[in-house]
Amino acid sequence: MTERPLPLALRPLDAIGRWAIAGVEALGRFGTFLGQALGTILTPPFKFWAFVDRIHYIGYRSLLIILLTGGFTGMVLGLQVYFTLVRFGSEAYLGPAVALSLIRELGPVLAALMVTGRAGSALTAEIGIMRITEQIDALTVMALSPIRYLVAPSILAGLVTFPLMTALFDAVGIFGGYLVGVELLGLSQGTYFGEMQSFVDLSDIMTGFWKSLSFGVIVTWVCTYKGFTVGHGAEGVAKATTDAVVLSSVLILVWDYFMGTVLP
Amino acid sequence: MIKVERLVKAFGRQQVLRGLDLDVATGSITVVIGRSGGGKSVLLRHLIGLLRPDAGRVLVDGADVTRLHGRALDEVRRRYGVVFQGGALFDSMTCAGNVAFPLREKLRLRAAEVATRVEAALTQVGLEGMGSKYPAEVSGGMRKRVAIARALVTEPEIVFFDEPTTGLDPILVNTIHHLILELHRKLRFTAVMVSHEIPEIFEIADTVAMLHEGRIAEVGPPAVIQASPNPVVRQFIRGEPERAEGA
Repeated sequence: MTERPLPLALRPLDAIGRWAIAGVEALGRFGTFLGQALGTILTPPFKFWAFVDRIHYIGYRSLLIILLTGGFTGMVLGLQVYFTLVRFGSEAYLGPAVALSLIRELGPVLAALMVTGRAGSALTAEIGIMRITEQIDALTVMALSPIRYLVAPSILAGLVTFPLMTALFDAVGIFGGYLVGVELLGLSQGTYFGEMQSFVDLSDIMTGFWKSLSFGVIVTWVCTYKGFTVGHGAEGVAKATTDAVVLSSVLILVWDYFMGTVLP
Repeated sequence: MIKVERLVKAFGRQQVLRGLDLDVATGSITVVIGRSGGGKSVLLRHLIGLLRPDAGRVLVDGADVTRLHGRALDEVRRRYGVVFQGGALFDSMTCAGNVAFPLREKLRLRAAEVATRVEAALTQVGLEGMGSKYPAEVSGGMRKRVAIARALVTEPEIVFFDEPTTGLDPILVNTIHHLILELHRKLRFTAVMVSHEIPEIFEIADTVAMLHEGRIAEVGPPAVIQASPNPVVRQFIRGEPERAEGA
């Protein structure tokens, strides 16, 4: 039986409907993928060495970029915030201003963006190449779960490395602010660190921690999913890598806003 | 015994398999031949459960792999060995690591036994002492042999070969074919091979099936296929060019 063609006036609605269904299906697959990965994390066997390898891949290899960006972010903050505070005669609060900006907001977000650019893109490309060269199919036909070997260790490693990378970013950033505020602009060392101790409390640190933890899941989830669902050939891998970085970055910023409204 | 019944598969509007039937006898080497892009690899991916058909069944000793999921499908796959077209070797592992992987992860053998079996498997395919090389450091022919060693090291009952000699020179093609034949005589697995290496495959096949326009056009022993009066089969095995319309 052949379908009757739709009247011309209804065709745009038909197109919107198809687009919406495809979108909802894609979202469903995206969510199911995370569900499968989390289910795999919670059930043995645990692939310890794959997990250690992913920590090295995501964390250790991102160290240099985290140290560099953290240091310079702190220095820029130190410089800009100092000149703003001087106008109000409040330069003594430079330490807390730099520390709170970094610990609550800039540290988790910028560290996550940097790790996405460095390790997330590489993760997508690596899994994407494994997909197009049938290495993932090889795992499947060996009756072994590719999710267990490739995705679960990456998500777990994201949970461990993102908070650590963020802590490092914060520490180096605070030191960068110190270099500019104290060593360059002449603020006293005691004022910089003393006021910081008075203003920064555990809830600020926990805010940054929860954010970095959730960014760890978001980035590894998006990047492994994009690698798994890669298109054909080198072009497909290139597109998946770009999509992974763009989507991760957007989700980091959107999720950061929501976390900011929920967390104290 | 593998039995394919009325297998249908389309990708969008492109109808690839149109009600394909095929029987593979236990312990035999069955080679599926046919033109490039004709659906041979698609058929193979249905047999190993990587694709689901639009209609039809694939029965492996009575179990329909097109309906199985999860652990039940894995149980069937544990009996499989697969040699992919490009080898599909894990490029982050050495050749020995690749061969050891299914022993360690699938059979969960102890390290000492894994090492012994890996060495034996590499020797069997003529790659003794090459285990420490990475796939990127060895030639295409060696990669194919490592892939064969990895597929056979667990001594599977059924082995699928997806164009195992593509891109190799004629000497290597024969070397790989004779290696497969020798291993088949030794291990007595059921083999399903997709190939378009004519006439070399006639030397190793027990049964040859010609796939044409989504169906098996002809199936039988190599001698029957070679003497077939079917014009499609004759054109393919003689490599005759297509005639232009109206010529």
